[in-house]
Amino acid sequence: MSHNSPPSRASRVRAGVPFKKNAWYSIDIPSASEEILEVEESIIEALTQTVLTNSDVFAVRLALDEALANAIKHGNCADPGKKVCIRFRLEDEGITISVRDEGCGFDYRNIPDPTADDRLELPCGRGLLLMKSYMDKISFNDAGNEVTMFKGRGNNDSCLQ
Amino acid sequence: MTDQQRLQVEPVNEVTVVTFRDKKILDEAVIQEIGDALFTLVDKQYKTKLLLNFENVEYLSSAALGKLITLNKRVKEENGELKLCNIIPEIYEVFRITKLNRLFEIYDDMDQALRRFKRRAT
Repeated sequence: MSHNSPPSRASRVRAGVPFKKNAWYSIDIPSASEEILEVEESIIEALTQTVLTNSDVFAVRLALDEALANAIKHGNCADPGKKVCIRFRLEDEGITISVRDEGCGFDYRNIPDPTADDRLELPCGRGLLLMKSYMDKISFNDAGNEVTMFKGRGNNDSCLQ
Repeated sequence: MTDQQRLQVEPVNEVTVVTFRDKKILDEAVIQEIGDALFTLVDKQYKTKLLLNFENVEYLSSAALGKLITLNKRVKEENGELKLCNIIPEIYEVFRITKLNRLFEIYDDMDQALRRFKRRAT
């Protein structure tokens, strides 16, 4: 998936206001893990306006959680003074979500395989694998501090590929 | 039966059955609390035959998997046994994708899992 960053201008999410299709929305949070749940709930609520199934929603929540945790913990080094910028857009076929941190990025092309025998018992390193497995498309900007993911409607086995 | 904030803990013969109360094990703070409670069972209460019951769990993050891996190592250090049961298909898929279904003993239900614990020699 070629990487196109979402526009810098996007509508703020407002409670109780329905989301428009094909419009970008934004949520900015400080780098604190307790902020993650509210972001997820907002986006999951938005998904009720899409064609995504329950399995798809599971996939989006899981991938989003991993992306946010990575941005906070690794990208911004859990510095509450640094922001994580989330952008998302409801589309006819599904949802595109972008997560950007204020860190220097990382080499996303050379991540060790967490399923290798010598890494299986390491406690971390699985987030990116799960994001790639559960989202239909995923791309990073060149620096590696912004990830954009797309999830379209799948069949009931969409997360069993 | 002992109730803890995050875990429901119940002895079944020699096995300690631990049922997670949270539906979503995603939040770092929640994972830390759960981890602390589980390690307390092993380190302070010497419970080394643990059955983790996932019947209430709907979401699980990779950080939670990491905590389970660390727990598994600790239990093995004590020559104990750790088994998992009642994992819904969506969560089992997470274990399968990460190949952690090879690391952990996962059973469909509690009875199956309990039967597989080694009995103390009499």
